[in-house]
Amino acid sequence: MQRILDLFSQDLSVINLGLEGFGDALTDQGVDVVQMDWRPPAGGDRDLMKILDQMEE
Amino acid sequence: MKKIRIRKGVYCDSVRLLLLSREMGDLDGVDRAMAAMATPTNLEILGQLGWSLEEIGDVAENDLLAAVDAADERTLDAAFQWLETRLKERVSGTGKGYHPRTLRTAVADAPSANLVQISIPGAYAFREAKRALMNDKHVMLFSDNVSIEEEVALKDLAGDRGLLLMGPDCGTAIINGVCLGFANVVPRGPVGIVAASGTGAQEISVLLARGGIGVSQLIGTGGRDLSRKVAGRAMRLGLRALAADPETEVMVLVSKPPEPEVAERILTDAASCAKPVIVNFLGENPDRITRGNVRGAGNLEEAAQLAIQAAGRRAISLGEGGVPALVEQERSRLKPGQRFLRGLFVGGTLADEAMLLLKTELGTLYSNSPVPGCTLLVDSSVSRGHTVLDLGADEFTVGRAHPMIDPTLRNFRIVEEAMDSEVAVLLLDVVLGYGSHADPAGATAGAVEEARGMARKDDRDLVVVASVCGTEGDPQNLDEQEQKLRDVGVRVFASNAQACRFCRELLRSGHAEDS
Repeated sequence: MQRILDLFSQDLSVINLGLEGFGDALTDQGVDVVQMDWRPPAGGDRDLMKILDQMEE
Repeated sequence: MKKIRIRKGVYCDSVRLLLLSREMGDLDGVDRAMAAMATPTNLEILGQLGWSLEEIGDVAENDLLAAVDAADERTLDAAFQWLETRLKERVSGTGKGYHPRTLRTAVADAPSANLVQISIPGAYAFREAKRALMNDKHVMLFSDNVSIEEEVALKDLAGDRGLLLMGPDCGTAIINGVCLGFANVVPRGPVGIVAASGTGAQEISVLLARGGIGVSQLIGTGGRDLSRKVAGRAMRLGLRALAADPETEVMVLVSKPPEPEVAERILTDAASCAKPVIVNFLGENPDRITRGNVRGAGNLEEAAQLAIQAAGRRAISLGEGGVPALVEQERSRLKPGQRFLRGLFVGGTLADEAMLLLKTELGTLYSNSPVPGCTLLVDSSVSRGHTVLDLGADEFTVGRAHPMIDPTLRNFRIVEEAMDSEVAVLLLDVVLGYGSHADPAGATAGAVEEARGMARKDDRDLVVVASVCGTEGDPQNLDEQEQKLRDVGVRVFASNAQACRFCRELLRSGHAEDS
């Protein structure tokens, strides 16, 4: 809970993963944004993605 | 000549594709163009636009379709080539020059980031949201199509780590005055909102702003939070956070029809708070909600009004005077056989609210997403009788932008409904704010004019009623947006509840029989 209350008293700083428009809207509002260039992992191959996740864990 | 090309396994987000489609359509010699993921809905739209789907063969939702209608073969090739080049470009525009490919590098690059906003396809959203939480970041998870088991796992993880997880399928949030996802520019103030419904939260925050009251925090939970399986995990946490937040004096809880046991647990939590709590659980009798410091509200507008009162202000009038005369004026447009309402909504909660406000008066009411007492529309592509559609439902949004961003689907539907000679009134919502289309009223007005034109060819007219959910601070300019609708004869209201009451009056007395 304390972490959430801390968030309420901080400036937002956002990593935007997905629709660029949402990132642009944050920039317009004066928020620090890191826009990711996200693509589906493993070229969208779900099986390969699972193997990669297991390796990472 | 029309041609389609397929790029297997090429991903691009739906909003970027929408922009690329528009730019491609503006190229010299190109009449129309569309780039989209090969989902059933997108294929259907291509078919409706006159492309032959036979030449496509087998496609999957991970494949990208490029469809071009151009004067000759050379222009077609040039357009496809143009798209290839643009697809290879990396993101540009937002933020600084560097765009990390993985969350790990993004976190390393911006260690002070405190929130991750995620809006990628649902199949990939769980792993990224989990990573963000494991890195101690709060999460706004806009993505839908995440399984309910994954939702529970993410919410438990967030709870264990004391982090805010808004979503999955969280459309709207305002944290520290910053709009996330689809949200309106409202002043900061004493009312904290926890919402399991995006447009419900937008409507309440906008009506509060019209009443001169601001919002401390608007926490989204995702639409399924009050289901039996998710058991209100996010709403209960949000309620506790706002109860402890010194800036919040009054709390508002809003949800689509909740699971009764879950609703009861949340109401028990709410009753133990020291602050006033206004609750709008759509479809629930307000008297059954009201207890101690907790007040039940019958609809979104009433929730806003009760919150304004609880914050120590007098409730305001939202300008609904003179309705009987307006009803008569609009009714004079109609012929005797015109009797049905078609509600075409981009906001799911606004669609729900419309059904609840209209079902008693109108009798059988069909919907792709019916509230209790309404009837499931088996084929959501064909309306029947009185129909209210939620065009933001999953079935319409897989692989394409939400209708609040991309009005194409609703515009088609506006024209389609107008061709039905039994239709009397189109009921619409126009939602402004960050995240939404840059000119939603302009886009809607064009379709309304076309619809009216179709009806007039058949010697009919239509009544078109809309509510505009927006504030003067929104990027689209509220006054201009409302005027664009009025210019094409749309009857504009300040709230969805008002628009619904107007339709109810209009269809009363003889126009409202079911088929």
